[in-house]
Amino acid sequence: MEIALTLNQRTLIVSLSGELDHHGAEQIRTLIERAITEKDVKNLIFDFSALSFMDSSGIGMIIGRYKLIKSIGGGVALVCTNPRMKKLVTMSGLSRLISVYSTVDQALSEVKGA
Amino acid sequence: MENRMKLEFLSKSANEGFARAAVAAFVSQLDPTLEELADIKTAVSEAVTNAIVHGYGHPDGIVTITCELLQTQVKIKITDCGQGIEDIALATQPLYTRSPDAERSGMGFTVMETFMDSMVVESTLGQGTIVTLTKEIGTIS
Ligand SMILES: Nc1ncnc2c1ncn2[C@@H]1O[C@H](COP(=O)(O)OP(=O)(O)OP(=O)(O)O)[C@@H](O)[C@H]1O
Ligand SMILES: [Mg+2]
Repeated sequence: MEIALTLNQRTLIVSLSGELDHHGAEQIRTLIERAITEKDVKNLIFDFSALSFMDSSGIGMIIGRYKLIKSIGGGVALVCTNPRMKKLVTMSGLSRLISVYSTVDQALSEVKGA
Repeated sequence: MENRMKLEFLSKSANEGFARAAVAAFVSQLDPTLEELADIKTAVSEAVTNAIVHGYGHPDGIVTITCELLQTQVKIKITDCGQGIEDIALATQPLYTRSPDAERSGMGFTVMETFMDSMVVESTLGQGTIVTLTKEIGTIS
């Protein structure tokens, strides 16, 4: 799994490629937590458009970050086009907490507008 | 087609990717679709993660996977000799998780059930857990 972090004003975009599982989720958690404290991050966008695999550990990781961002009054969005991942997002109820977009631009205008 | 394999590895999270890739490579002999392969990889990843996280909770345990191909059927058994499950009916309910603070969504068993044709969980407290998953390949269900 590869992780790229981009800061767009106070929105942190976390772009992942490769496979996200429990092992990878632990790494991402640490990286995001550090970025949030060091860079005054308010909103979070998970860009999973280049991710080829995800299991329920990815859902747990997003929910954890969602709670954190919520507590500082920010917003979280997910960019995802893979049907199987979208199914996981719906099944778990995550889609009731955060919105899912097909492009980062759409997600950006949404979290910034909020 | 009849074939069988057995895999043993340490309960380290770094082995999760190895385990699902190895099973997928073995199952490829049945010429599954990419969809079927992704379903199997996801289900195996869930069972292996459970063995590592809940069964053992430490990296010194042994996780065993056996995989059988019988004509068009794949049968995968994921075994750990960890702490076992007290109440299987409860544990397999959607959204049930023992460790919500550890950022688990409680979806693992539900994912296995959804993405495979059948799932059987056997467990003995203090002795371990066996999850058996089957799927028909190449049949439109
Ligand atoms: N191999 C195992 N050994 C012991 N307990 C297990 C095992 N597999 C599952 N469990 C128990 O069953 C519960 C439900 O498992 P399930 O995979 O559905 O959810 P989870 O692992 O808690 O969360 P998620 O899989 O979404 O990250 C676990 O919280 C755990 O208590
Ligand atoms: Mg699980």
